[in-house]
Amino acid sequence: MSKNYFQVVRAGINTTFQDSGRKNLYHVGIPFSGAMDKRNYLLSNKLVDNEIDSPVLEFAYQGPLLRYYGNRINIAITGDVNFIIKKNNRIINGNCYQSINLEDGDEVDILSTNKSVYGYLAIGGKIDLKYQWSSCSTNTKAVIGANDGKKFENEQQINISKLNKNLAEKKLDYINTKIENIRIIQGTNFDYFSDKGRKIFLEKEFIVSKLTDRMGMRLEGPRIENVVDTNIKSEGLIKGVIQVPADGNPIIMLSDHGTIGGYPKIGVVISADYDKLVQLTPGSRIKFKQVDLSSAETLFRLYDLETQNLISQI
Amino acid sequence: MIKNISNLGDAALYCDFGNKVNRETNTQVIRFFKSIQKENIESINNLSPSYNKLIISFDLKKTNFKDLKKLIENLNITNEDDLESKKIEVPVCCDENFALDIVRLEKKLKLKREKIYENFFNKEFFCYMTGFIAGMPFLGDLNENMRAKRLETPRVKVPKGSVALTEQFANIYTFESPGGWNVIGNSPLQIFDSSKDSKEESPNLINPGDIVLFKEISKKQYENYNE
Repeated sequence: MSKNYFQVVRAGINTTFQDSGRKNLYHVGIPFSGAMDKRNYLLSNKLVDNEIDSPVLEFAYQGPLLRYYGNRINIAITGDVNFIIKKNNRIINGNCYQSINLEDGDEVDILSTNKSVYGYLAIGGKIDLKYQWSSCSTNTKAVIGANDGKKFENEQQINISKLNKNLAEKKLDYINTKIENIRIIQGTNFDYFSDKGRKIFLEKEFIVSKLTDRMGMRLEGPRIENVVDTNIKSEGLIKGVIQVPADGNPIIMLSDHGTIGGYPKIGVVISADYDKLVQLTPGSRIKFKQVDLSSAETLFRLYDLETQNLISQI
Repeated sequence: MIKNISNLGDAALYCDFGNKVNRETNTQVIRFFKSIQKENIESINNLSPSYNKLIISFDLKKTNFKDLKKLIENLNITNEDDLESKKIEVPVCCDENFALDIVRLEKKLKLKREKIYENFFNKEFFCYMTGFIAGMPFLGDLNENMRAKRLETPRVKVPKGSVALTEQFANIYTFESPGGWNVIGNSPLQIFDSSKDSKEESPNLINPGDIVLFKEISKKQYENYNE
């Protein structure tokens, strides 16, 4: 048994290990996976002085309750998250974007995310995890990655094989902003849809359905009419692709998406808006706004620059 | 050869090899895919070969559509690589509990189930590509009279091992997953093995270029199946 470890008292709804994902496996059917909200993932690692692409705990809605055993350790939580720390019967309200030291017997109770889906817990040190294809990201659908490809269960342990020496408590001033407009580029089958269908897609509101997970986000709203063919020959997908099956309701591919799909692609969410998209909870309203390729590239550069700026402020 | 390269979103190249879906076009796609794979281009995240398309997704921090398109267009693609091929038998049980869409399919195709199974079993299928949720083989071609569209609304959960049809293709669901194909049976065979995670070994039992024969088994044989 490891000397330093977390006991998982309560697993939470969908808690998994994630890192920056796995590359070059689409052709065997293994998606990219990795942390859904990349910016918050990177920031959590920086706050505890980890390598920026180290594995972290990703949780959705209700997070885990963890009890720590071992030498003093530094942790940080990012996202928009309600949590408390228990130290010797003392309860401290947790602040996101602020690392905090834990000692033997302390507890972290991640109660919920606020009007958002995902949050991240980084642990200052090296977590003892199995890597598959150079990543420990858990993909529960394909049962691969750390934790035997499964989400967290009650009573399991997280073993820490090495603690970071630097235990300085760090802080970042940052508030997650919300967006209602998701910017998209026209998809390769945009012309499969009627004028009215395209107008609906670009002008009407859609609602995020409950059938949304790490694989995909299903939307509900006015039907988008297809006038060419409701099927295409199955072909590759990437994250952010918006497919419209015959029922006219769009589905957006997210990080654990199937690598092949056969429904027409009406659009693709731009890279700059992906982190914000995945944080939309069921019931949220979405409106799509079309941009061209060069604007999308500029918007990504700005988004990436902003992320780098935040990282350098820590 | 590639007829056209366009952009799919802001971080992928969409290479179109024409409308025809046949072994010849697919072989070109796979040759192209293997040639690019050999180049180990650092900015490329993923290559997705399919029947008649190749999608190249890239890291937008390292390159962009215009630059990578130029690089790909200037590559020397070799025609020499012969595709490796092996023959694999896949047992399938068509018990009513497994054949979720057989009634729907009888109506769609206007064929009795006996005829559907007769057209399906003991025929050679060619593996065009693998993907979706780890290792699913896309196998063709079904007879003209066996071609049906996907479900109007895809299922949220298709059971692991489901054998399903759409258009000219058959497929095996390697994991429980969402999906819109017409399910006609279930195979007890392990198609994907994630313990084979080295560069040299494929986790997939069936790979592009392989030949597959489906063999009908009874419920009893299914339950007692041992690989």
